[in-house]
Amino acid sequence: MKSSVLVRIAGDSIRKNKMRTLLTMLGIVIGVGAVIIMVAVGQGAQKSIANQINALGTNLLVVTPGSSNAGGVSQGAGTFNRITVQDAEKLKSEGTLFAGVSPVVMTRTQVIAGGTNWRTLINGVSTDFQTIREWQLQSGTFFTDNDQRTMRKVAVIGNTVATNLYPGTDPVGAQLQIRNVPFTIVGVLATKGQNAGGQDQDDVVLVPYTTAQSRLAGNTRIGQVLVSALSPQDIPAAQDEVRAIMRESHRIPEGDDDDFTVRNQTEIANAAQGTTKIMTWLLASIASVSLIVGGIGIMNIMLVSVTERTREIGIRMAIGARGSDVLTQFLVESIVMSVLGGAVGLAVGVGGASVLAHFTGWSTAVPVQAVALAIGFSAAVGVFFGFYPARKAAALDPITALRYE
Amino acid sequence: MPNVITKDPATMPVIRIENVRKTYKMGDNEVHALRGVDLVAERGEMIAIMGASGSGKSTLMNMLGCLDTPTSGSYWLDGIRVDGLSRNQLADLRNQKLGFVFQGFNLLARTSALDNVELPLLYDRTGRWKDTKALAAEALRRVGLGERMDHHPSELSGGQQQRVAIARALVTQPTLLLADEPTGNLDSHMTVEIMSLFQELNDQGISIVLVTHEPDVAQYTKRIVEVRDGRIKTDHPVTDRHNAARDLRELLETEPEEDDAELVAEEAA
Repeated sequence: MKSSVLVRIAGDSIRKNKMRTLLTMLGIVIGVGAVIIMVAVGQGAQKSIANQINALGTNLLVVTPGSSNAGGVSQGAGTFNRITVQDAEKLKSEGTLFAGVSPVVMTRTQVIAGGTNWRTLINGVSTDFQTIREWQLQSGTFFTDNDQRTMRKVAVIGNTVATNLYPGTDPVGAQLQIRNVPFTIVGVLATKGQNAGGQDQDDVVLVPYTTAQSRLAGNTRIGQVLVSALSPQDIPAAQDEVRAIMRESHRIPEGDDDDFTVRNQTEIANAAQGTTKIMTWLLASIASVSLIVGGIGIMNIMLVSVTERTREIGIRMAIGARGSDVLTQFLVESIVMSVLGGAVGLAVGVGGASVLAHFTGWSTAVPVQAVALAIGFSAAVGVFFGFYPARKAAALDPITALRYE
Repeated sequence: MPNVITKDPATMPVIRIENVRKTYKMGDNEVHALRGVDLVAERGEMIAIMGASGSGKSTLMNMLGCLDTPTSGSYWLDGIRVDGLSRNQLADLRNQKLGFVFQGFNLLARTSALDNVELPLLYDRTGRWKDTKALAAEALRRVGLGERMDHHPSELSGGQQQRVAIARALVTQPTLLLADEPTGNLDSHMTVEIMSLFQELNDQGISIVLVTHEPDVAQYTKRIVEVRDGRIKTDHPVTDRHNAARDLRELLETEPEEDDAELVAEEAA
């Protein structure tokens, strides 16, 4: 029998029993729909985390102190702080692939404005910091190269600091006491929100690193150096260049380990992505359970349908249908129903995901692989759960089937 | 009775059964449905198989219809040895050589008359049928239902449904038409109508075997085979053969009102 005829016979049978077909498909529709929605939400979460990490500043390289090695005994990371302002200045003057270089001198301390005080993070940075982090200003200006060179006591404050110390007023031009040193506020940073680690990025005060070192920290060692590459393609080369300059600056002999670490954003992003990927898989596998339940639903209805259609099977056999013809007919019916259900479920899933995105504000994304997987899986469900009932139909004895009431 | 089958198919008997036995196991008991049956039917014959229920006539019919195989003995259908064939070979044989007409019509519900009749052509594996829709339409016209091809079985009277079933049996141009109580569900008028159609088809050269327990119906055939206790008890030609077409005309003359009423009812459906 030609396959086109088989598909026609199966199609006829599906159309002639609309209610049964709909009920059978329902399980698959819900299953595929659930998988698509779950994957879409998971992908959305992954995307928004990627966006947050990008918000740190793209093309970012972070240089931090590495482990020191004293007489063959490793002292562990950060035990000996050997990144200095000179390193940062050398990177700035010798680098060819860097868009910006900024040392970060970190201190956590109490700041006072008028009668109120607030504990916050003081970052001594260079003027490049603003471009490296792609950080806009809400009001005022960033401090200038001149401020940096002359160690002026100027500060740019984050939004959280501004709202806590200067509620309802523009703090530009106001005074701020940091460790009893009066600073003039020249600018307020735009809101950046939480970072991937859940920290409030707006709870910060930026001052020139030169000022920070002379007035606040009292030494020339710095916590980290931020470097931004010219473009994402330049990141690996820029990373190599940072290492070369740093090794030269630290006079590390050939063959010895680095006493610093250079990390790029991709590594940080990958770690965060890994977590959400696991979440996505978890959600998808929970949703797949409903797909399997849907498949069992198909099998149930097909089994009932074989009993209900025993006489039809008998008639077909009497007029010359082979067992294999009957088997194929029932199998095709079940595959067509589950693929149809998969397609409807896909529509439901995509629709549901966008409705969810609209009402919750979560970003959702339906990846092509999920669509292919859902359709493929529903077809597989059709074959797997359709086979047993189809074989049962094909094995019927025509005489018994014809006599069946 | 010749022991050697002649090679020329035209002279071969349509049915040739030799010492066929059929035994069923029912728990510990053995039921002997057929206890050695011999039967030869030549081309163009019209045979009625009669017998009480439990006589073995249904088993014989299933055997002739290649739905069942004998426990022992031999069966040649149109020169092909049937006993010992596989399930698939039996299915192909049913499709190519046989046409079935059942008591309960056995049409596919929610399927048009045309699609019902086309169905056996779709199960053909020889590829000899090209325009299956046209062949089905022709078969329906042959049984006088050219105007009702798109009707579903539920929209047709019992007689008309049986005509669709006969068209379905004829469409593959079978060697043998098997009818199992074809008039069992029909009133006397429709019975004569269907028998008239069978006689017409037989006159056109189609061999027919039908099972019936109504002597009236058997009188329309050419030969009556009576089965009892799994054996053929009598086998004789019909001496006073009735002409169904003539009986039908007489019926129409004596009870025209009833017929009109039925026609109206059919039109309404």
